[in-house]
Amino acid sequence: MSHLLEARNLDKRFGAVTAAADISVTVAPDSVIGLIGTNGAGKTTFVNMVTGYLKPDKGRIYFEGRDITALHPRQVTRLGICRSFQIPQLYNSLSAYDNLIVALGIVLRNAKPAPWARAPRLVPGHDLPLADAAEALLERFDLGEFRDKPAGVLPEGVRKLLDIAMALANKPRVLLLDEPTSGVSSEEKFAIMDRVMSAVRAEGAAVLFVEHDMDIVARYAGRVLAFYEGRILADGAPDVVLADPQVREYVIGGQAEPKEVSHA
Amino acid sequence: MKKDRTPSLLLATLVALLILGLVLPEWRFLGTLAIGKGLTVLGLLLLLRTGLVSFGQGLYYCLGAYAAGTLGQFWGTTDALLLLVVAGLAAGLAAAILGILLAAYRGIFFSMLSLALSMILYGLLVKSAALGSTDGFNLPAPTLFGLPLVSHDSRYPLFVLACVLGVAAALAMHYYFRTPLGRLSPAIRDNEIRVEYLGASVRAAVHVKYVIAGILAGVGGALTGMTVGHIDPEMAYWTTSGEFVFVAILSGTGSVAAPFLGSFIFELVRTFAYEYSPNSWQLALGTAMLLIIVFLPAGLWSLVQRRRA
Repeated sequence: MSHLLEARNLDKRFGAVTAAADISVTVAPDSVIGLIGTNGAGKTTFVNMVTGYLKPDKGRIYFEGRDITALHPRQVTRLGICRSFQIPQLYNSLSAYDNLIVALGIVLRNAKPAPWARAPRLVPGHDLPLADAAEALLERFDLGEFRDKPAGVLPEGVRKLLDIAMALANKPRVLLLDEPTSGVSSEEKFAIMDRVMSAVRAEGAAVLFVEHDMDIVARYAGRVLAFYEGRILADGAPDVVLADPQVREYVIGGQAEPKEVSHA
Repeated sequence: MKKDRTPSLLLATLVALLILGLVLPEWRFLGTLAIGKGLTVLGLLLLLRTGLVSFGQGLYYCLGAYAAGTLGQFWGTTDALLLLVVAGLAAGLAAAILGILLAAYRGIFFSMLSLALSMILYGLLVKSAALGSTDGFNLPAPTLFGLPLVSHDSRYPLFVLACVLGVAAALAMHYYFRTPLGRLSPAIRDNEIRVEYLGASVRAAVHVKYVIAGILAGVGGALTGMTVGHIDPEMAYWTTSGEFVFVAILSGTGSVAAPFLGSFIFELVRTFAYEYSPNSWQLALGTAMLLIIVFLPAGLWSLVQRRRA
């Protein structure tokens, strides 16, 4: 059967550091996958390779059977593989609304059949005019009260949500969230994840999220990939992977229960 | 949503300018000159909003003037519209070619490379005896549809053309900033990575903006040439480009009308400073710049904004 996304034997080294060693992953449509591992285990490198920011030294990446290994981030994005960032990448001088207008405007512009052609009236995938599509995204992430504030002055949790909302502009088929709850207080984490997951699941996209909080992983992921020194240590259902002795020792840190794992 | 008042204000300004020009004939020359330079600064405003500082807009300013000048001098074309179109095309074509190189650079590298390219044109023109070398050459008086725009007793028609051109360019720029491509300007300035990760090519967008700025500078240079009646390689010299950056900072990037206001004030200060102290007029300009940077960090336009707020 054909997978939505497939990474085949990815290798990536930075000098003496192995960031990816023979990584092979397949992603089925509609799956929610948690990526866990200590800092430097290769999670973000994996995300960067899938989205075209880094080129693997070896191996190929396929999206719907098409080889996308050599594509630029903008080309990968247009295909429907979108991402959010550990540190929100926003347009700090623009308001939350204008951030989304820029994002959706790019989608609108990319929908033109030729550079000189008129852009369609409705944003593809959103089926709304530009301004309405932006308002709808704001509403979906409950960002209405921050609509006109510059992104640079928003609280971190709000910036995270806006960052993810922007990643939805291209109507992703695969959405990669890099630590969606990092930098957010532990009380807020579940609220953010609830909002993100309900907004994202409505899209019907496969979700891969990098996460250090095992409670979040156990609650939201349908499948967990545990990274260690550039390799995938374990791949399977959350209860199986999180209970795996190797994962407990190398990834989670040998603590008794996932619930007590520190959020660092 | 706030109503967009800029178009109606611009059109009102146009009417006011045309009336002022009619009753104050001695200001027509300065006004026309300020619009010629203001067009170039408008292009710089576009680049500045994209986070790019070009220290080489003199290249296109001079190229536009020389394209119009050669056409006028050697082929006898005097039709102002034709000359302006040719100037814009020549400058736009040059910007399209050089933009392939420049669009890959940012920050100080972009600034210095653009400066270097303008100095190449300066060097070429200085060595071109057929184009008058350092002296440049005179332009025939421009006409429009066979009617003279400048005569010994009136510069009003050329002033009218300049005002229409300036307001049209400002309006076009205003609407451009509302298109998806125009909105990429602040986005590129703030965060290039995110632009790429939303599916747009930063390099292509920068290239297009560079070409637009080049066209505006070319048209501005041709208009200035027609106004003064003379062009020389100084138009491509780095101090000319520096002057445009100076005016752009003086004006502020708050509005598409700011470059024209800034240009006008600049020419005004320069004219008076030159008249009253021919040996130290730069001192007066420098002082004016210093005061503006200290008291109006967002440029002259913040005076207008403050009043409207």
